[in-house]
Amino acid sequence: MSRLLEAHQLEFHRYGNPVFRPLDVALQAGRAIVLTGPNGVGKTTLLRLLAGILAPVSGTLQHNARVAFVGHLPAVKGDLTCRENLDYERRVGPPGLELAEALAQVGLAGLGSRPSRALSAGQKRRLGLARLLVRKTPVWLLDEPYASLDDAGCAGVDQLINRHLADGGGVVLATHQRHPRVDASQLDNIVLQAGIVEDEQQ
Amino acid sequence: MIGTGSASALFRRDMKLAFRRLGESLLPLFFLFTVIVLIPLGVGPGPNLLARMAPGMIWVAALLASLLALEHLFRPDLEDGTLEQWFVGERSVYRRVLARLFSHWLITGLPVILFSPLAAEMLHLPRHALGTLIISLLIGTPALSLLGGLAASLTLSTRGASVLLSILIFPLIVPLVIFATGAVSMAADSLDPNAHLGLLAAFTILSLTLAPIGIAAALRMNLE
Amino acid sequence: MIWKTLKIWFHKLGSAPSFYRFAKVVAPWLWLGFAITTVYGLYLALYVVPPDYQQGDSARILYIHVPAAWQAMFIYGVMAILAAIALIWRIRLTEIMAMSCAPIGAALTLVCLITGSLWGKPMWGTWWEWDARLTSMLVLLFIYIGIMGLYAAFDDRRKGARIASVLILAGAVNIPIIHFSVEWWNTLHQPATIKLTGESSMDPSMLPPLIWMVISTKLFFGAALLDRARNELLDQDRSKNWVAKQLLQAGR
Repeated sequence: MSRLLEAHQLEFHRYGNPVFRPLDVALQAGRAIVLTGPNGVGKTTLLRLLAGILAPVSGTLQHNARVAFVGHLPAVKGDLTCRENLDYERRVGPPGLELAEALAQVGLAGLGSRPSRALSAGQKRRLGLARLLVRKTPVWLLDEPYASLDDAGCAGVDQLINRHLADGGGVVLATHQRHPRVDASQLDNIVLQAGIVEDEQQ
Repeated sequence: MIGTGSASALFRRDMKLAFRRLGESLLPLFFLFTVIVLIPLGVGPGPNLLARMAPGMIWVAALLASLLALEHLFRPDLEDGTLEQWFVGERSVYRRVLARLFSHWLITGLPVILFSPLAAEMLHLPRHALGTLIISLLIGTPALSLLGGLAASLTLSTRGASVLLSILIFPLIVPLVIFATGAVSMAADSLDPNAHLGLLAAFTILSLTLAPIGIAAALRMNLE
Repeated sequence: MIWKTLKIWFHKLGSAPSFYRFAKVVAPWLWLGFAITTVYGLYLALYVVPPDYQQGDSARILYIHVPAAWQAMFIYGVMAILAAIALIWRIRLTEIMAMSCAPIGAALTLVCLITGSLWGKPMWGTWWEWDARLTSMLVLLFIYIGIMGLYAAFDDRRKGARIASVLILAGAVNIPIIHFSVEWWNTLHQPATIKLTGESSMDPSMLPPLIWMVISTKLFFGAALLDRARNELLDQDRSKNWVAKQLLQAGR
């Protein structure tokens, strides 16, 4: 089974103190890793480390496939329309779905010409997820993907995740409320507690 | 290699955004004219005095124009999350930094260059020095964007950033101002400006080589 | 054998409690040395050396002005090396020491500027002239203040130190260029000014006080650096065990 992403003994410090104990993460194709833990324990930090945004204090990180990251912030430009934002994303490449198709799959069909600043919080979240669809990236790193979404939206996210896993992609997602409705055989869990890491692989 | 694709896509997006907010983008140009009009009002319209001050004044105007746009260089992207996307899965953001600085130069440096003949006329700069003025601006304003970008990236996540930015940028551009205005003054006195221009070019090339490295490092550190 | 003990000693120095103890012990001696050399140097400068032919007694201020200028630049060099080490190897102590250098360098630059201004008044008639050296020193002061300001703007001190280190290195590349450009600018615009430093013709009797004052500025730098770094370390680690132990020991 190919490993899309590998990390050994990752460490990160904030204000001089380590955020968590040295962590190992191995993401395999077709599987999802779920990060859970209370607020402020380091889930976002870990995801950003895995994305390559933060540089670890020590440890190694290896990307064996292209990585996409959807964080708290929508990462879209308010002045541009939804379509234009996705167009930029698609040009970063390599291109995945068509713009209209991507908008439809996240439930924003028909809103392509609306400036992104005019969207509600939930709609901005959906647009952020649409960014994942217009590019072909095997690894998805998602930080609280269910936040601000209604039940239909959350179900939609689960659909997208399952489809992505079926296509051979991998997902690492952090959540502190709802868990993804993914088949248990495809799930791994990492639970972060303040300073302590418990690792259960299934 | 996705590299070039993403840098040019970034450039396209930056230009699109700049034209969406055309008023803000043209602000540096209005600033240039404010300086060109205010200073003669302050020191008197004597043509000799103005001619002597012209190189320095136009360059200071170019600097201030550049400074105005620096606060918006990276900060909006930090705040809406687009900046951290630069680093996702990428080992080097060098190209994107250059793309961003190029769009900054197009909005701040190029307008100053295009309107410099008009400013030179209004300040009674001798005609034979105009060519040198344009060349000095052409070579020097990119360095302004590069060093300004460095100062902006260092102060990206600090409070009180605009004051700090001005303090940081001032020592960095001292040689730039000296070489550039020196070249134009030489040309105005009908002397050879090439030594100054050569040093100016060397300074810009050095900035082009080193500044993006510093900017990339500072951006990443500020994302923590 | 000696090499090995030196290496071990050097590594131990990198740990916070060892450095603290080292600084606490060594700094007072450096202050003592500073006091002695300054007193002797000033005695030589004020009483022993004959007055200058052209400038009379006012030239004596150069014995403070020149060593301060040299030391201000030397400090930047040391700071730049520390900053490079801090960025490459992330050693916390070098981060702290680099940041501690900046205020000392700024202070000496200010001393240089003020003494330069005082020196210039009897000669130029004004408190300021755009002399090449003074202008360079003014720019250097801005650089130091920028570094201090940038470091102070961050709550996370280690992050602030690393970002300030990038600035320090940018300044290090720029300072020689600044000196050169200001020197050039000055000679082109003011072809005949009295040079503040009459280095071209220095009477041998001027040398001893100058050397003593140079040594005294170096001792000042060493002592001030150790004390500043020590304090910064204490402040950053105030919640750690070794600090509590140190303070208990000091309190007895």
